[in-house]
Amino acid sequence: MHESAAQIFINAFLANNFVLAMFLGLCPFIGVSGKLETAAPMGAATTFVMLVASLCAYGLNLLLTSFNLEFLRLIAYIVIIASAVQLVEMVLKKYSPGLFRALGIYLPLITTNCAVLGVALFQTAREYDFVQSVTFAVGAGAGFTLALVLMASVRERLQLSDVPSVAQGTALSLMLAGILSLAFMGFAGLGG
Amino acid sequence: MSTATNLSSTDRWDEFMEGVWRQNPLFVMVLGLCPALAVTVSAVNALSMGLATTFVLTCSCLLVSLLRKMIPKEVRIATYIVIIATFVTVVDYVIQAVSLALYDALGAFIQLIVVNCIILGRAEAHASKNPPLPAMLNALGMSAGFTLGLFALGAVREILGAGTLFGISLFGPHFQPWVVMVLPPGGFFVLGLWLLVFAAIARRKQDKLAEAAGHA
Repeated sequence: MHESAAQIFINAFLANNFVLAMFLGLCPFIGVSGKLETAAPMGAATTFVMLVASLCAYGLNLLLTSFNLEFLRLIAYIVIIASAVQLVEMVLKKYSPGLFRALGIYLPLITTNCAVLGVALFQTAREYDFVQSVTFAVGAGAGFTLALVLMASVRERLQLSDVPSVAQGTALSLMLAGILSLAFMGFAGLGG
Repeated sequence: MSTATNLSSTDRWDEFMEGVWRQNPLFVMVLGLCPALAVTVSAVNALSMGLATTFVLTCSCLLVSLLRKMIPKEVRIATYIVIIATFVTVVDYVIQAVSLALYDALGAFIQLIVVNCIILGRAEAHASKNPPLPAMLNALGMSAGFTLGLFALGAVREILGAGTLFGISLFGPHFQPWVVMVLPPGGFFVLGLWLLVFAAIARRKQDKLAEAAGHA
């Protein structure tokens, strides 16, 4: 089955949104979505790491397959992602200290974001070629950012409203995520 | 080992129950959400995921605890990740060999156990500072708590979404299944409801304590 690049992008961005339809990357989704100012840079940084991880994973998979070492795939991927995050961190620190400070602790935590490993694992499982892999990573990252920004906007509005005290915090965020997820189900079938 | 052998049985029970109830990873600490929501469309899937996580968590914590004096502090996180990834690979291949249907149902989420924050969190916060026996007890308790949480989610979603439990029909042929519960939104709703229940219990306990203090 050959999917076009546009199809893959729409699929990862809306129809099979990583956060709201596939439950990947929920920890930052619940944790960082309190404010719009942190949500957007976090989404951008995650998208970038996804792209780097996807490129590296593509090359690495070729290498491992040619040596018949597929069982090392998972270990190799996780090490690659950790190094990619470290690299992004160093580059940001050198060239954009302001952004580096703004992201703070969330930057190293991208390593344990399952959405990033998810991108690498899914593109391998679906046997995407180079262009497909890159589109998939960008789409997934954009979808993650979209979900994060939507959630942050809703939660900012919510701070001004009167909520039963028992429901405050994570329980309410999850209910909201459920409603957002219902809305995203409307996109099902769009990706073909 | 001296501290481990000196532990009385109540201490051990405490160590175990810590993870099952007071620090339940899913309902109290709200960790490991991704696998919790993604695989709990049925009770069987939820239990299998719980068991797989139990194996990885217990083995990794044991190994981390055994090697805790050898691992240099600077590279400890990377070492933990490699240890965890090794056990996850083992589980991945075992499940593939035992039941292909289950493997297809759980999909990439078996491999994603690597990035389950509960495991890295336990390795870093507990196993790296404690001797093997308490570390294992703690890991077992946490896993039991996580499995219990997964089962609570999976059972509710399967009963409401398909009208069955473990594949056995509960309400007869005229039950109209609540399909949304096995779809992604249902996962968020059911977990949200469970968190509400736990928050309400905690609130009631707090109120009682405050009342008792007020009377005294």
